[in-house]
Amino acid sequence: MEVGIVGYGAYVPRHRIKVEEIAKVWGADAPSYKRGLMLQEKSVPTPDQDTITMSVEAGRHALVRAGIDPAKIGAIYIGSESHPYAVKPSGTVVAEALGGTPDIHCADFEFACKAGSEAMFVSLSLVRAGEMDFALAIGADTSQGAPGDALEYSASAGAAAFIFGHENIAAVCETTYSYTTDTPDFWRREYQFYPRHAGRYTGEPAYFKHVLSCARGLMEKANVTPDDFRWAVFHQPNGKFPMRAAKELGFSKEKVEQGWLVPTLGNTYSGSSPMGLTAILDKAEPGDKIFMVSYGSGAGSDGFIWRVTDRIREIQDKAPQTREQLENNPIYIDYGTYAKYRGKIRKLAES
Amino acid sequence: MIGSARYWREIPQRYRYEAGKCTGCDKIFFPPRNVCSKCRGQEFETVTLAKNGEVEAFTIIRVAPSGFQDESPYAVGVIRLEDGVKVTAQITDCDLEKLAIGDQVSREFRLVQQDGESGILCYGYKFVPRG
Ligand SMILES: [Zn+2]
Repeated sequence: MEVGIVGYGAYVPRHRIKVEEIAKVWGADAPSYKRGLMLQEKSVPTPDQDTITMSVEAGRHALVRAGIDPAKIGAIYIGSESHPYAVKPSGTVVAEALGGTPDIHCADFEFACKAGSEAMFVSLSLVRAGEMDFALAIGADTSQGAPGDALEYSASAGAAAFIFGHENIAAVCETTYSYTTDTPDFWRREYQFYPRHAGRYTGEPAYFKHVLSCARGLMEKANVTPDDFRWAVFHQPNGKFPMRAAKELGFSKEKVEQGWLVPTLGNTYSGSSPMGLTAILDKAEPGDKIFMVSYGSGAGSDGFIWRVTDRIREIQDKAPQTREQLENNPIYIDYGTYAKYRGKIRKLAES
Repeated sequence: MIGSARYWREIPQRYRYEAGKCTGCDKIFFPPRNVCSKCRGQEFETVTLAKNGEVEAFTIIRVAPSGFQDESPYAVGVIRLEDGVKVTAQITDCDLEKLAIGDQVSREFRLVQQDGESGILCYGYKFVPRG
């Protein structure tokens, strides 16, 4: 049975902070960050935005594109490392807001930045197994980097949602592959506010090993080469890593650019490669093939091969496109406002 | 602060904007009612409020009540939705100096209140500039 994406949607918060504004506060050299990490600015969630609110908005866009009755969705899985509650699912709020309750399976997923892509795999697999007609997977995050840490220039906010089904498919899932090892490159212990990372170690043995191994494994499993694809999207912790991964694998810059949102969006963690996929679907044409590889620290990569169908044309304009949300009417804020929005300012405890 | 029980009871309105439409005269009530104030009808169908509307009146809150101090200044407005229903809600992601009557806005799902550092998170709707 063919299974794939029947509706998709993204949500990008409107607020942005520029690399220069962060660098100024820490006495860092903005041009070298911009060049080195290929980052210009990043999205910032307001205090009233979190993984749940962005998931609802992205989910609504996906529902509009799918054109289905939300009561028919059999499962909702939200992948995030910034679920608003430590105990209490994000998925129940989102399912209730979208009109999917009460006949629905629900659990929140966690696996650093690949929780969203794992939610996608499980959702499409449940549809493929015949357990349900539709399943909804979301990748969303409002992640934080410690003040002054390199991650502060990239950690941003956004969400992508996908509804999987077996009829009226807009992008068929042709092949999947996952590559996982135990690699302590990035972590956050319980009750710690900011994550820690293993510095330069996050590159070679972590990101590149998993992304490249997953990509090669996926191509071998499907017996394809980069020439078979019009588009490719990789996890985007900064601008440089996905471009280098693409080059090593033999995907040209042209194939990667449409889904390469990180220079002006930042790293949306669980939303990263899924949001890149939504930007590609916004512009894809029937017959196009899309190559996708996520990455989550800890560590693992999920790979997907998508084949776009004729139905894509009917749904692309039914909801706000991803790059349109990224480019239209951003609101720029200074570091003080950013610090307040992100809870970085120590205040008196409320009495 | 709204209690957990009341918040839970209001979820259909807070999350899904469910209103009651009188089957006798088509008047829409939000929140829903048991008796229509126009035709005294008692039968209603559930409808979803329109997403878009325009600002009919607004005020800027500079001295906020408890629980909202961190947000001030912020705008609260009466929005006339495309289906004719008026709702009162916060207007956000906008330049308070430029906010004006007649501005086109659309609804977004947001965190509306939180019960301190350890209580429940209350979600609902706010309005943002359209486009
Ligand atoms: Zn009536």
